[in-house]
Amino acid sequence: MSTPAHASTKPYIIGFVLSLLLTTEAYILTTSHSFATGTIIIIVLVLAIVQLLVQLFFFLHLDRMAKTPWNILMFVFMAFTVSLVIFASLWIMKNLDYGHTHPAEQTSQYLKNNEDL
Amino acid sequence: MFGRLNFEALVHDPITMGGIVGAALAILAIIFFLTYFKKWTWLYKEWLTSLDPKKIGVMYILAATVMLLRGLADAVMMRVQQATSVGSHQGIVSADTFQQVFSAHGTIMIFFVAMGFMFGILNLIVPLQIGARDVAFPFMNSASFWLYIAGALLVNLSLAVGEFSAAGWLAYPPLSELAYSPGVGVDYWIWSLQIAGIGSLLSGVNFLVTIIKMRAPGMTMMKMPIFVWSVLGAMSLVAFAFPILTATLGMLGLDRLMGMHFFTSTLGGNPMMYVNLIWAWGHPEVYILILPAFGIFSELVATFSGKRLFGYKSMVIALMSITILSFLVWLHHFFTMGAGVDVNTFFGIMTMIIAVPTGVKVFNWLFTMYRGRIRFTTPMLWFLGFVTTFTIGGMTGVLMSLPAVDFQVHNSLFLVAHFHNVIIGGVLFGYFAGLSYWFPKITGFRLNEKLGKIAFWCWLIGFLLAFLPLYALGMMGATRRLDHYDASQGWQWLFIIAAVGVVVICAGVAFQVLQLVVSVLQRKSRLDLTGDTWNGRTLEWSVSSPAPEYNFAIIPTVSERDAFWVQKQALAAADPNAKPAKPNYLPIHMPKNTGLGMVIAGFAFLVGFGLIWHIWWLAIIGFVGIVVTLVVRSLDEDTEHVIPVSEIIELETKFAEARSQA
Amino acid sequence: MSNDAEVLAEVQPIIDGDQFQNKTIFGFWVYLMTDLVLFASLFATFAVLHNNTAGGPGGAELFKLPYVLIETILLLTSSFSAGLGQLAARRRDKTQVLIWFGITFVLGAAFLGLELHEFSNLAAEGHSWARSGFLSAFFTLVGTHGAHIASGLIWMALLLVRVAQKGVTPRMIKRLSLLSLFWHMLDVVWIFIFTIVYLLGVL
Repeated sequence: MSTPAHASTKPYIIGFVLSLLLTTEAYILTTSHSFATGTIIIIVLVLAIVQLLVQLFFFLHLDRMAKTPWNILMFVFMAFTVSLVIFASLWIMKNLDYGHTHPAEQTSQYLKNNEDL
Repeated sequence: MFGRLNFEALVHDPITMGGIVGAALAILAIIFFLTYFKKWTWLYKEWLTSLDPKKIGVMYILAATVMLLRGLADAVMMRVQQATSVGSHQGIVSADTFQQVFSAHGTIMIFFVAMGFMFGILNLIVPLQIGARDVAFPFMNSASFWLYIAGALLVNLSLAVGEFSAAGWLAYPPLSELAYSPGVGVDYWIWSLQIAGIGSLLSGVNFLVTIIKMRAPGMTMMKMPIFVWSVLGAMSLVAFAFPILTATLGMLGLDRLMGMHFFTSTLGGNPMMYVNLIWAWGHPEVYILILPAFGIFSELVATFSGKRLFGYKSMVIALMSITILSFLVWLHHFFTMGAGVDVNTFFGIMTMIIAVPTGVKVFNWLFTMYRGRIRFTTPMLWFLGFVTTFTIGGMTGVLMSLPAVDFQVHNSLFLVAHFHNVIIGGVLFGYFAGLSYWFPKITGFRLNEKLGKIAFWCWLIGFLLAFLPLYALGMMGATRRLDHYDASQGWQWLFIIAAVGVVVICAGVAFQVLQLVVSVLQRKSRLDLTGDTWNGRTLEWSVSSPAPEYNFAIIPTVSERDAFWVQKQALAAADPNAKPAKPNYLPIHMPKNTGLGMVIAGFAFLVGFGLIWHIWWLAIIGFVGIVVTLVVRSLDEDTEHVIPVSEIIELETKFAEARSQA
Repeated sequence: MSNDAEVLAEVQPIIDGDQFQNKTIFGFWVYLMTDLVLFASLFATFAVLHNNTAGGPGGAELFKLPYVLIETILLLTSSFSAGLGQLAARRRDKTQVLIWFGITFVLGAAFLGLELHEFSNLAAEGHSWARSGFLSAFFTLVGTHGAHIASGLIWMALLLVRVAQKGVTPRMIKRLSLLSLFWHMLDVVWIFIFTIVYLLGVL
């Protein structure tokens, strides 16, 4: 009996191997300190996002989800909210930190320099 | 053994004691009547254990009404306090009680009144409008409702046992942290909202799936009634904003229970992160409340103007833009927190932008009325009141979207006036309009129009009297949450006008209660036999009033927008002598009643109570109880009952005869 | 009542690999999305508080990366075996379901054990959640994931007992699909915990 494409173990194996590779890659990169810290941060984050896509594709079958667009839409809305909550919060809180962690003269100097006040 | 709980928790000042005694008497009276008329079994079998969304909806609305009266009592106390507590005169309550009163007022009105009315109306109307027999997950729906009740019970229990939060309706830290609020008040606030909030989150998922997956055949997205669109937007917001609330309340709870340092002012906590997160939920929340109100108005303005809704497509686009944009404006609640110009400018501009789709909607409603054959019924009056007050409220909002202006009026009564202007004039008027519009569909008889109109005018005039002075007071520098001020400020006469306003609002509420009582007494003469009270346009009017348990004997097939209107026109055009085809009924499967949703909420209540009073064993029992109940439910594979064809024929024939006679 | 046949018709899309046609699976998917927003709030808080060590130790002093790598590989493997288990469920192959989900359970339990061990070590060394804002955020974020794993394990154990008793009924196919979705999602969350909390934490 031949297995239909959707019931095959192949995607799971591919996904598993790729995930293992990506995980160890990120691990080695961090522990070996072979690049500048800033570069490592970016590469490691990119690797995490690649692994997210790998798992979405091979474990959660994003390709077949295309048949049910509502699914994708919910995912997109989630991604929108998640990135908003994380990045906008960081932006806002970073911005606040500036006003709170520096002496008053330094803050007003910053405002003068940066915002033409 | 009992944690922090002891007899001192039961000692209160005279005014609170009065409230407790009143509530206790009301409960005793209800128990007495239920026992005297032997109604307990009926109550349990027909209502409490019901999974029928129509019954759950009614229970939501009753609970929300009770909470409205509670919130209104708080409002009256605030108005009396601020009108009398001047100079050497002390008001009716102490400063501490006053803080609890305004915290309870805000919490109750948003979480238990507005959310309660909203979910009530959704339960009643959404399945009917999309041509479905039920919601997607009926058991979860019942559990959500009971979680809401458990939260509401905790809030009310705080009146008698212990105290309520005195930290405002959003409990900003560090004030809400253990160091500054050591009592149980903030814990009551956290856990009642956590429980009710999880219920709301589950409801949100439930209605989202219901709308997406359970529409009648042929009802494509662009053929959905606009109310369903508005609910779709609101429920997406519930699904994606409420988790932020859950996380935030959880973190505040961990700070207080386990000595963590998320939002403390020491050891690396950051109170401003709380403010940031709570508004990342809080702003979508106000749109969660207002979107369904927009939907309700769109439905009734079309019905009472006898026209199709003007600009359906632009309405849909506007609703969906508001849904997205409402996630991008939350910082306007804390412009004054000290972010830089770039952050404040971004959020200021986004706030101005969100006014655009709202404006589109207002024009669509006005154009729908233009050249329409308008019937000035009670729901329509609520709509007209809404358009005027909401537009004023919207404009004061745009005013405050300018950070520079906001710095001047932040935390003043101007802000209080603004958000009451949109929440009473928008949300509450919307739900009142919806309730009076759909009342015949829910109960089977019409409301007394005359009393309804009087109630409306009391509400409108009372609202204007109560809140317009607050704009002026805010401009004059009166901050919100004042329990006392100096006579030389010259504010008192405005506060007195506001207090008169709240009296007029109370008269409005009294007329609403009277309207209900009179209508119930006269119900025999006000029966709605046709099921189509207002010459409606959407599917809920095609079935009998009240709708049968299964909603539709045969699931309708939809070919166009305003499906029922199209059906009626086709019927009118058809040959009157032609015999309609005999319908082919099939047995209908409906979910069986179950009390397990109530049991889950009961255990959740125990968890909440245990965590509030540090009675750890009780919290553990509650938690284990929830898990066990869920397992028991999942083992039950016989969850449906069948309505036989004979019963359907009987009900449908009866309806057809009543309709032809009416 | 033809209950089983009805359920079978309902789960047919799952068996055919189009599981999101199914109402329950779609609803669960929406729930998972909401759960990810909850995690996002915790991630955001962690990101804001990660330098607030209040004079206490930071990630570089506390985290042992090889240990965390082992945890990661355990969880990743369990996600893989859950996927195979779900395939077996769609074939209604009882033995394979028990084997693959059994492996998933063992790996998940091992992961949870390692995590609890790490937590108790940290607390024993005086680096508890009450030490600093950073540690509060760390324990809550990682602990919330751990709590999800724990509830997944309880759920898995219950389902496995049912499968052992009654075989892979249509109802079970649906539930095992829900479970494996849940499990995959927890793995995805862990990738980000591994990367953001641990890897970036020691840099």
